[in-house]
Amino acid sequence: MEALELHAEREHPPAVFMHGITKRFGSLVANDAIDLTIERGEILSLLGENGSGKTTLMNMLSGIYAQDGGEIYIHGKKARIRSPKDAFTYGIGMIHQHFKLVPVLSAAENIVLGLREGGLLNLKTVRARVREICDRYGFVVEPDKKVYDMSVSEKQTLEIVKVLYRGADILILDEPTAVLTPQETDKLFEVMRNLKADGKSVVIITHKLHEVLAISDRVVVLRRGLFVGEVPTGETTAQALTDMMVGQAVSLQIARTEPENMTERLAVSNLSVRDSDGVLRLDDVSFTAYGGEILGIAGISGSGQKELLEAVAGLQRALPGGSIIYTAPGKEPTELVGLSPRDIRKLGVALAFVPEDRLGMGLVASMDLPDNMMLKSYNNGFIFTLRKPPRHLAARVVQEFQVKTPSLKTPIRRLSGGNIQKVLVGREIAGEPALLMTAYAVRGLDIHTSYAIYNILSEQKQKGAAVIYVGEDLDVLLELCDRILVLCAGKVSGIRDARNIKKEEVGLLMTHLGEEKTDEA
Amino acid sequence: MRQLISLWQAGIVFGTVILFGSTGEILSEKGGNLNLGVPGIMYLGGIMGLVGSFYYERACAAAGIAPIAIVCVLITLVCGFAAGILGGLLFSFLTTTLRANQNVTGLTLTIFAGGFANFFGGSLMKLAGGVGQISVAATSAAFRTRLPWLSSELGVFSETIFHYGFMVYLAVALAIFLGWYIQKTPIGLNLRAVGESPATADAAGIPVTKYKYLATAIGGGISALGGVYYVMDYMKGTWDADGGIERLGWLAVALVIFAGWKPKHGIWGAYLFGLLSWLFFYIAGLSRRSSELFKMLPYAVTVVVLIIASLRRRRDNQPPAALGLPYFREER
Repeated sequence: MEALELHAEREHPPAVFMHGITKRFGSLVANDAIDLTIERGEILSLLGENGSGKTTLMNMLSGIYAQDGGEIYIHGKKARIRSPKDAFTYGIGMIHQHFKLVPVLSAAENIVLGLREGGLLNLKTVRARVREICDRYGFVVEPDKKVYDMSVSEKQTLEIVKVLYRGADILILDEPTAVLTPQETDKLFEVMRNLKADGKSVVIITHKLHEVLAISDRVVVLRRGLFVGEVPTGETTAQALTDMMVGQAVSLQIARTEPENMTERLAVSNLSVRDSDGVLRLDDVSFTAYGGEILGIAGISGSGQKELLEAVAGLQRALPGGSIIYTAPGKEPTELVGLSPRDIRKLGVALAFVPEDRLGMGLVASMDLPDNMMLKSYNNGFIFTLRKPPRHLAARVVQEFQVKTPSLKTPIRRLSGGNIQKVLVGREIAGEPALLMTAYAVRGLDIHTSYAIYNILSEQKQKGAAVIYVGEDLDVLLELCDRILVLCAGKVSGIRDARNIKKEEVGLLMTHLGEEKTDEA
Repeated sequence: MRQLISLWQAGIVFGTVILFGSTGEILSEKGGNLNLGVPGIMYLGGIMGLVGSFYYERACAAAGIAPIAIVCVLITLVCGFAAGILGGLLFSFLTTTLRANQNVTGLTLTIFAGGFANFFGGSLMKLAGGVGQISVAATSAAFRTRLPWLSSELGVFSETIFHYGFMVYLAVALAIFLGWYIQKTPIGLNLRAVGESPATADAAGIPVTKYKYLATAIGGGISALGGVYYVMDYMKGTWDADGGIERLGWLAVALVIFAGWKPKHGIWGAYLFGLLSWLFFYIAGLSRRSSELFKMLPYAVTVVVLIIASLRRRRDNQPPAALGLPYFREER
């Protein structure tokens, strides 16, 4: 009631007012009595670390979850949002991080999904309206293209058109830039500004500070399910926002040392890989990685990063003509092509790949921590498995990485995404490999843990390991790595010194094949 | 020639049983429910249709009047269809509401319904006097009534195309209608979305649970008609606990895959399966052993089709992506 009075004197009540919103998952309080206002014609950043409850809060606004306590007012009127359908009727549309699209349907079919039940499908009028929306805000969408043929950025555009088609005037974008190149991000921001100019409210959920500063009018910060504060973007700085987000001053510095005692560890030459559909995923890739340095691999997702690491780990078959020479410290060079993943692992090569869904690779969701640790050591021991070492390892990873888990016996799937990742990365690093390959090691992790992981990688490097780091965040790649290899459509479009290259240049290499000149010293 | 026509006719009859079963199952699978209870549901349809007509004919006999053909047909169809719907609802309740494993639930439903149907089949025989077979002659005759003129005056066309009761044409019409409905209407589109990605459908405001229940229940009803047709036409209104329905029911499940989840391909596929199931009977000089090899043909063909389909990897011929998976909105 107090809420209504609060806005009674205003001529226009805010587009959304969420009051005292609480949401629990079992014993975990994901949102604790949060108040949030969204004005018309503004871009609001919802900032917070992973697990701070940003997405959960917005999921309640879009009807995916039901709140356990609190009220939601839309344009000053109390709203009951019990399903996504209710959310549409209030003009709320959410673009989820994992796109909610049906791959086998066309763009137009995805747009009209669930809209009505009567009559026949009339895709002609749908196409016309889609074109109208596209012209108005500057999108490009092909109505008859199947979603499975679309690029990530096309899918995202389709999602935005979809909610606009449904008449949304409050748009929520959940980490929209995670999968985009810098150029695509700029295009998205352009669209967001157009939407704002049209009087729509836009909420962007993110944990990237430079994006917050670049695009939004106002920032709301959440931490561990609590509302921490809000500031107009113009009156704040990256450091101030970080302190709010993390709760204490942290220095965002990665301890990057100069590479020492560089020894050739991995020499890849003319490596090509085809996937099971026969598509060429890696095309004549050659590079060298040295012990004592971090080699970063940049590229739009799906440019061959995964295939490259998997080929080295023996999980993908290299096409004839390719060669991967691995030199363990103090040993003779070995050809890895043709060896089994287990043999390669025994040579000291470790791969920690964090897939988009986190659980797709490397961990078994319904097994507990020690059992997941044991996946890499199941064949130690005679007849019976050895259970003690994995249990100790699990306990160590939990302690060193501050994994939040009720107990070691908890199935992995009950942990939050960030914690699952710590378990995966922790397990790989624990083996003290001579060649450590990580992909998306910090995907979705909070700042604290991310920096902890960066520093652990740096430590590995100083100990003489060759580290190959596949990452999404270009800022981090430039700060953490010694050299950067850019992949574009399965080809090496350039290898550059990370200390003397600008982000924009990397962005260009990601989208265009650069001249094949490498500056290998 | 006679042999060929006779094989053709037998193939169409079995094909029709399979076609009903698979059309219903396609509807259910489009909504993401892999209902392996189809053979059981066909059993339920067969026995409940028989029970309905049996009581009607008995009441008529007691009252001393002749059963009316149209009433016989309607009672049988409604009883069979309703039994199928109940089977589908039971499956939906267990898998969608209670989130039981679909494979286990479906197999259990088939085992349960087989026993249920044979138990009541036996009971009917006892009611009918204890010895010999029960028979609902009037109903069966109504089901087997052919079109006048067309079925007699057109020579070979009459014998191959117009030789059957109305259920044969109903099965084709249903398959064509359902294929059109799934492809061309908003409800069909929504249903496909539910089967492909329930989370997406949910976010788009489609009531996922309702769609799953309805598709599986109506699909169950359609499948059950296959059982009705088997009992009333092929068995001529009698009951036999020989497992014939179940055998054809599994063929219906295989046909769904064979047809690439498209009802219109199910039509010719069903007749092909029907023909292949009878082939052994018309090839001279087969021993017991080699005839079993021929009975295997429909399954062998399904395996071949699966191999070809997976080699071609066309995205449009794949099973619904969420087939067999439970959906719960707040799952983390």
